Amino acid sequence: MSDTKSARPLSPHLSIYRFKPTMAMSIVHRVTGVGLYLGTVFFVWWLLAAASGPEAFSYASAFFGSIIGRLFLFVYSWVLLHHMFGGLRHFVWDMGHAITREQSTLAAQATLVASLASTLLLWLIVWIV
Amino acid sequence: MSADPFKMRTPLRRVRGLGVSGSGTEHFWLQRMTALSNIALILFFVVFLVAMHDEPYAVVREAFRNPIIGLLVALVPVSFSIHMRLGMEIVIEDYVHSTWKLPLRIINTFFAVLIAAASLFAIAKLSFGA
Ligand code: HEM
Repeated sequence: MSDTKSARPLSPHLSIYRFKPTMAMSIVHRVTGVGLYLGTVFFVWWLLAAASGPEAFSYASAFFGSIIGRLFLFVYSWVLLHHMFGGLRHFVWDMGHAITREQSTLAAQATLVASLASTLLLWLIVWIV
Repeated sequence: MSADPFKMRTPLRRVRGLGVSGSGTEHFWLQRMTALSNIALILFFVVFLVAMHDEPYAVVREAFRNPIIGLLVALVPVSFSIHMRLGMEIVIEDYVHSTWKLPLRIINTFFAVLIAAASLFAIAKLSFGA
């Protein structure tokens, strides 16, 4: 990085911007991406436990069946579904659609509604099955 | 820099069109391709997990003996780790401008490979092991 201190105009910091749905969903897409990244460790744990034998598997099952484990899975499933719907939104943009202010705001809100609704539906199914 | 800076470029460089970074749109494209495969794999994997969530060990082992299930579960870490490595690379490039940038990028790659390799090892053992 350059140390030059000049009178160049700097871009203002985050706190100066007014809250917008599109901005929030952009941040959330990044945060959920990083969350999914770190959470893959649990996916590997479950697989390795299953591969190691009944005893290791029972530890992993006990964790995922506990309150904390269930809470983790609930949050992870929402994070995954939200990131997926956010990714679909990126596909629509990449193909050149829904780029106006009104459309992108609507799409940002729709992403959140879709992820919340599908997460609740998923856990309703888990509960019933 | 005197007259026309473009005079410094060879025609081959223009044809390749890769600019200073030395790479073109592969990062973007691979991120989208793996995003697409992630969607399909996620839908399969969520259904699989919901079906397995309350089953005893023997049933889970039996499920992995099915080659279709073994193959599909194996595709999940492959697609995920390529996608998440590319994604995290962008995050690092956006926020880290210190000497940590290179070590973090290396750790990111190692992490993604480790996740994929450990998953595939476990799935191979589940599918072929005794
Ligand atoms: C379920 C299907 C998925 C879809 C459709 C999807 C889609 C996308 C897309 C389109 C981007 C690029 C966003 C941009 O250019 O700003 C992205 C970024 C990212 N994704 Fe995914 N993704 C999925 C699953 C995953 C999973 C499972 C992980 C981690 C294990 C993951 C981790 C990331 C990360 C870390 C980023 C970078 C975030 C950023 O730059 O802000 N994604 N995803």
